[in-house]
Amino acid sequence: MQTLGKNMLRSAVLLGIFAILATALVAFLYDNTHQRIAENKRLFTLKKLHELIPPDIHDNVLDTDKITVRDALLSRKNPVPVYRARKDGQTVAVIIQAVAPDGYSGRITLLVAINRDGSVAGVRVTEHRETPGLGDAIETKKSDWIHLFTDKTLTEADHHWRVQRDGGAIDQITSATITSRAVVSAVNNALRYFEQNSAFLLDES
Amino acid sequence: MSQYREIISNGLWKNNPATVQLLGLCPLLAVTSTVVNALGLGLATILVLVISNVTVSLIRDYVSNEIRIPVFVIVIAAAVTMTDMIMQAFFYDLYLVIGLFVALITTNCAIIARAEAFASKNSVTSSLLDGLFMGLGFTGILVLLGAMREIIGSGTLFANMDLLLGAGSEWLSLTIIDNYEGFLLAILPPGAFIGLGLIIAGKNLIDQWQKKSAESALQQTAT
Repeated sequence: MQTLGKNMLRSAVLLGIFAILATALVAFLYDNTHQRIAENKRLFTLKKLHELIPPDIHDNVLDTDKITVRDALLSRKNPVPVYRARKDGQTVAVIIQAVAPDGYSGRITLLVAINRDGSVAGVRVTEHRETPGLGDAIETKKSDWIHLFTDKTLTEADHHWRVQRDGGAIDQITSATITSRAVVSAVNNALRYFEQNSAFLLDES
Repeated sequence: MSQYREIISNGLWKNNPATVQLLGLCPLLAVTSTVVNALGLGLATILVLVISNVTVSLIRDYVSNEIRIPVFVIVIAAAVTMTDMIMQAFFYDLYLVIGLFVALITTNCAIIARAEAFASKNSVTSSLLDGLFMGLGFTGILVLLGAMREIIGSGTLFANMDLLLGAGSEWLSLTIIDNYEGFLLAILPPGAFIGLGLIIAGKNLIDQWQKKSAESALQQTAT
């Protein structure tokens, strides 16, 4: 009986020691890498933002000049970030994260850059699960489709903000009409949101 | 020496984790759509296998039978977490592609299987070799399957290799078939199952053929 108790105690202590050792090792490595990891993430975000707003047209640090907004036009569920690009104190453009809820395989997350005058500076897809080889043509790596939004404005008649299949003026991606439709309407919604809240977004209210 | 040779041939061919033991199918099927993803996950798996095998072998005399499984789990979880952090810190671009699957290495049963079946009973050197060559065998199949799916699916080979090897390795990227429309099935999960099936069939065919030629050689010497 006594040996059984001893054995159990010995095993428990041993297991505890291993748990502590492993945790200590992981904690040590975390301590030595977490700054580097955070920096990697920041640089990645910054690179994405700079693809839309080139560094030479603004003079602030893009990824920290950020506000969080909540609006059904941008995302049905979560608040989304908005980044401001300023030159000499004046906001020259904003980058809004918008979510298209109705992609072919779930949500598509976009970054929509809008110039001060309300025209599109550029659009990028940051996250999606569209079909490889068809719907993934929304990525810049796969096709140039996403660039057709550049310079478009809301003033064009409303029905132009639709894909051709629906009688609009925007080319859809072949065999990926649902994907194209979702992206088009998300960009359109982001522009409408900008129009309704431009004073606030440009930080001039 | 022959003992080490046995370990090496077991890992690479006779008892290959992917084609014979059929372990770790989850990452195997998920990341093999291109060579670079396959190679990245393969290298991460080798690292985890070697760390876990060596550690388990080092502590095999101190850990009693009753607690060996929880201890193995702790060792493997720590090894995977550390690999994950190292990748995030030093290979962030690649991590963005296969990050999700690195955490899944924990669920790669090949690792706990090697810890339990081999490392807990053998010396550190043997366990290190076993981890290395089981890992290499697994990576070999990953890369082969990745190459098949990449060529058939998108008509390229070694695309985006710079994610893994750093800038300057873009020259590796080959376009095998020009103006290729792509064959969706090969990129989607069914393509992975079909591809792995073909690889296993190929391996069995070679084994059979070798056995036959060995038998006929035996008969010739007998007559």
